[in-house]
Amino acid sequence: MDILKLISDISKVDPEVYDRLDSRRRVFKSLGGVGKTVAAAAVPGFLSSMFSKAYGQTGALPQGIADILNFALKLEYLEYYFYKKGVATSGLIPAGPGLTALTQIRDDEQKHIAALRGVLGSQAIAELPESAFDFTGSKGGTRAPLFADVYSNYQTLLAVAQSLEDTGVRAYKGGAAGLMANDTILTAALNIHSVEARHASHLRTMRRGGPTVAGAGTGASPKSWISGTDGGGAAPAATAAIYGAGNPAASFPAESNVTQGGVNLQTALASFNFPAAAFSEAFDEPLDSATVTAIALNFVVGNTL
Amino acid sequence: MSDSVSTSFLGRTLRRRSFLRVAGATAASSALVLAGCGDDTPTPVVNTTSSLVFANSDLGVLNFAYLLEQLEAAFYQKVVDNFPSDFTAEDKAACIDLRDHEVIHREFLKYALASNAYDVSLSTPLIFNFSSFTLTTRAGVYAAARTLEDVGVAAYNGAGKLLTDPAYLKLLAKLASVEARHAAFVREQVQPGSFAASDVITATGPLAGLDTVKTPAEVAVLIAPFVPVPLVTDGLMTLS
Repeated sequence: MDILKLISDISKVDPEVYDRLDSRRRVFKSLGGVGKTVAAAAVPGFLSSMFSKAYGQTGALPQGIADILNFALKLEYLEYYFYKKGVATSGLIPAGPGLTALTQIRDDEQKHIAALRGVLGSQAIAELPESAFDFTGSKGGTRAPLFADVYSNYQTLLAVAQSLEDTGVRAYKGGAAGLMANDTILTAALNIHSVEARHASHLRTMRRGGPTVAGAGTGASPKSWISGTDGGGAAPAATAAIYGAGNPAASFPAESNVTQGGVNLQTALASFNFPAAAFSEAFDEPLDSATVTAIALNFVVGNTL
Repeated sequence: MSDSVSTSFLGRTLRRRSFLRVAGATAASSALVLAGCGDDTPTPVVNTTSSLVFANSDLGVLNFAYLLEQLEAAFYQKVVDNFPSDFTAEDKAACIDLRDHEVIHREFLKYALASNAYDVSLSTPLIFNFSSFTLTTRAGVYAAARTLEDVGVAAYNGAGKLLTDPAYLKLLAKLASVEARHAAFVREQVQPGSFAASDVITATGPLAGLDTVKTPAEVAVLIAPFVPVPLVTDGLMTLS
């Protein structure tokens, strides 16, 4: 598009346009680095959002929204079948709080599937079968497994669970902006996003040894929140990508990121004398769908999700 | 194409204009708060009859988030300043983490808002009132933390759709999931097994399995006991 011509056209119906643009520039200048980044980042998304708002409210969901929701739906199937099999494997999960928690999480994931299918209606993908997934990570026996004992070792089960939930949080966060054209759907997605974060937090608490083991300053890990890149996660050889940067890294930085809105917070807030890790812990980072797909494919039979 | 684009661009320009006007209104309301203190001595006392008015704009939403983070940061700072006698080393370490996160959230939003922060012209920040909490016992601290964290999660989940600028949405989402991690952690301290209990996760119906959402007006009622000035969220409630 020709921005200058556009502004010129606008000036015919809005003579003040040049003043407005100028004063807006001043405003963003006064906002500092954050504002400039925000302003630059906002324009394309805003335009597409306006289009969607104009065309997206009736009848079929716009393809972009349906794609995001169907992608989320696939991840929910991944999670649901993972817990379904874990809970159903006798002797794996100790009776008591562990079994209660994992059963609850399984049920939440099943409800997420129902909620997403409800929103998508006829635009939902076909139901995925349990056989589409292989949670040992051997991709149906076609390679060495990543988690050979996932269904015989409770700790491995929890490690994979944490990995899936942390991935889910990043995936929903990465998809959120693409849903802005539809307030109802955006809100629903945010409300699934925070449930995934509650799950992730609790699984981390369980792995650490229970709620009264705080994991901060005590040497116990993992914390209930993501600290730096968490040393690559529960099984670094297989899980490092979950905490790493996506693509492009500028939009999807690693979880260790401490720069928000163009401000390096660790530097800017140095006077607080907080530990370096706190600056990354305070923010979870989004991840793009291609990177999420690559992570998820570790648990999928075949090469497409 | 070009017609649609120019309409969109115009829409953006017009929105920006209202955004500027609203930014001014926010400043004016801060001035009103100060006006109760007299001209000659900029007394750092906030006139309690003044109110905090949130503008119907992204900046209004961000200011609302800023207030919530100030509240949470002040709460954990109070805990850290005077730990309950039955706090373990793990409890202390956890609450220091939580304090650090919330202070960072607060300071980040202050940076983002810059001159548009509601309190930019206040000589001292609002003093929050936590007297309704029992902060002398472990159980009391975690029960209070649960209240604040759950409100925070619900507030962020409700605020997302009010935003116009995707960059702001992305930033708030980064905070929201950390608040949800906090909430799950502190809930577990109060009541084992309650990390995603039915008081926060919808149990049945089309929204089953989803977290709860609260509007700014609902959040304002919930945090009113802690905030020394009335909160006016009418502007936020007109956003969609």
